[in-house]
Amino acid sequence: MSTAELSPLPINPNVAHAPSTPSPVITVIEPPRGWLRLNLGEVWRYRDLLFLLIWRDLSARYRQSVVGFGWAFIKPIVSVLTFDVVFGRMAKLESDGFPYPLFALAALIPWTYFSSTLSSVSSSVVGASGMLTKVYFPRLILPLASLGAGLADLAIQLAILAGMMAWFGYAPGWTLLLLPLLVLYTVAVSLAFGLWLTALNVRYRDVGHAVPFVLQTWMWLSPIVYSSSMVPDNWRPLYALNPLVGVIEGFRWCLLGAIPPNAVSFVSSLVMMLVILVGGLIFFRRQEATFADII
Amino acid sequence: MPPAIRVENLSKHYRLGETHARSVRDLVNTAASRLFGRGSHSEQKNGAATGGTLPEKNASDFWALKDVSFEVQPGEVVGIIGRNGAGKSTLLKILSQIVAPTTGRIELHGRVASLLEVGTGFHPELTGRENVYLNGTILGMTKAQVRRRFDEIVAFADVDTFIDTPVKRYSSGMTVRLAFAVAAYLESEILVIDEVLAVGDVEFQRKCLGRMQSVSASGRTVLFVSHNMPSVRALTSRSIVLSHGKTLYNGLTPEAIDRYVDENAITRSQFTSVADLDRPFEGLSGELRFESLEMESTSPQTEGATVVFRMGVRNHRMVGDFVVGLTIFRHDESPVGSVFSGAVSAPMVNECVEYGFRLPTQQLAPGRYRCAISLADARSQGRRLLDSLSEVLPFEIEPGPLQSLDWPAIWGPLRFPEMQPIPVATDNDPRQSHLLTATK
Repeated sequence: MSTAELSPLPINPNVAHAPSTPSPVITVIEPPRGWLRLNLGEVWRYRDLLFLLIWRDLSARYRQSVVGFGWAFIKPIVSVLTFDVVFGRMAKLESDGFPYPLFALAALIPWTYFSSTLSSVSSSVVGASGMLTKVYFPRLILPLASLGAGLADLAIQLAILAGMMAWFGYAPGWTLLLLPLLVLYTVAVSLAFGLWLTALNVRYRDVGHAVPFVLQTWMWLSPIVYSSSMVPDNWRPLYALNPLVGVIEGFRWCLLGAIPPNAVSFVSSLVMMLVILVGGLIFFRRQEATFADII
Repeated sequence: MPPAIRVENLSKHYRLGETHARSVRDLVNTAASRLFGRGSHSEQKNGAATGGTLPEKNASDFWALKDVSFEVQPGEVVGIIGRNGAGKSTLLKILSQIVAPTTGRIELHGRVASLLEVGTGFHPELTGRENVYLNGTILGMTKAQVRRRFDEIVAFADVDTFIDTPVKRYSSGMTVRLAFAVAAYLESEILVIDEVLAVGDVEFQRKCLGRMQSVSASGRTVLFVSHNMPSVRALTSRSIVLSHGKTLYNGLTPEAIDRYVDENAITRSQFTSVADLDRPFEGLSGELRFESLEMESTSPQTEGATVVFRMGVRNHRMVGDFVVGLTIFRHDESPVGSVFSGAVSAPMVNECVEYGFRLPTQQLAPGRYRCAISLADARSQGRRLLDSLSEVLPFEIEPGPLQSLDWPAIWGPLRFPEMQPIPVATDNDPRQSHLLTATK
């Protein structure tokens, strides 16, 4: 049964239907050196693994649960209702003229994505230590898979928002077309911070303890329950360095047609994010050679 | 044709204590010294990363591998043997690109599939089918490649009726079978295998060994690490013996196994007293302890002879009788059999007495053997162990003068007494009738 089916010609691992000419793959293993070894092409070659890991996260998440995918709906709805009661009705916070639930959910969508993926990304490598010490694959796949799995929740929340907008009688404008770009921006912000935390978490487990606490503080420093127009003008340049400010203002503008984000502060958010992202990529790729040694 | 694997001066250095997260003060020191371009921290760290000179005297420095070089030709099946901590796993992890070498270089001609564990990434909530795809892609296949092999994998694992059941409902044997089946169908020119065959039932192990042999017969290069000398002997023609991170021997497998066994014997005999030898496991009561242990004769014994050994036993605080249990092992570590003594009265407290015993070696085939020996409380039916030693009492059996025939290992460790014909009552068989008459 077994010998007959062994293919005598090697099959190129990179291309699924490659011509089977025996062009030997040569691998050279040497001590790591140099600064820039991003080698993102390798990540692309392992894309099947990336998609399967995303799919594993999603499909295993709600198995053996009665409510199942219902949880993905229940959680955001309950938090929006809580916010509405506490901040909208009791504290009577300014919501730029929108019904408070819409105002809050438009901000909660990117924030929930950011905070939940930051937690799962920063523990992604440490959580996969079993795989890490037994198999080689580009380690970048692990944080990327966590980011991908978070997109499913984001999509569900967008659907909830669509339902709420219909209920309150709001129609999105042309700015909705920018949604994919804003989602991409949110993913990039999460990846930027996530890469640093992931690599640091392998060496210093303090990160795992710090992340929930930092996120709690971060939430109040971002315009989620309140409007960024409430921030005093002389604090605004500093405030805008928080990339989440640009993201959240962008989401409110794009989904609800609120005031567009301040161009200067949006660009400073963007530049900030890019610096952290590129730095994070270099740091991660430099550190990953030692992951299996120190995990 | 270039060698499939070429390893040149490979070394791997660890700083003990660095496996754990370092303190924040350490981090600040390193950062500061890097910033100013001096300081011992940055030198050590950069030295490790760039392959510069390293301080070797430091007690926390540890070389898991030191200047290991070898080549493996395409289609060769090579074993890697050595004691625990000899550097086998480190070598495999570097070959599999899991950890990076400190210095040296490896060139691999062909795709490498490495199997250091079966079932990496298996998720208990997912079905067998889903896990096959997941595990296959983790091991480096594309989804399309797994799809092409899927039916063969399921057939090999023999789990087809359960393929859509979550793996958590599988028996452990089924999980291992499925996991190994995925690995068995990896498409690669070079296969690196750790001791993964130790799992699974005997029937399946046999199937896997057969599959691996057919893999190498098809021209693939296999690097096989094992503690199981019989399977190294069966699968490989050449082996590399590692010891303390260095290559001790690189050559034909039977010779390599001898070197590996000799090395163990040498490290053992360096101890002056068996009282100081490491015990094979924890939890020995130590009320009685071995003080000395030796064979009466160190020269090879002729087949059929009995072998006598003497053991000195010191009583620390025990009252009553003890029993001696002894297991004989062939030099490739497969057990031959065990023997127990009757109840023996212990020496007086704080005294040492020497006992002599005769080993039941009459049926042992020619070869080299070792023993593991234990003392147990006689009242506990041998369950409460007082002291135990392994890899002791080596002896050799030579073929007798009448049996000049070599005894290959596959004939097993025993030569049973010569077979005698027995009379069979078959009237119409003229060839056997004379036996009948002869015994009447």
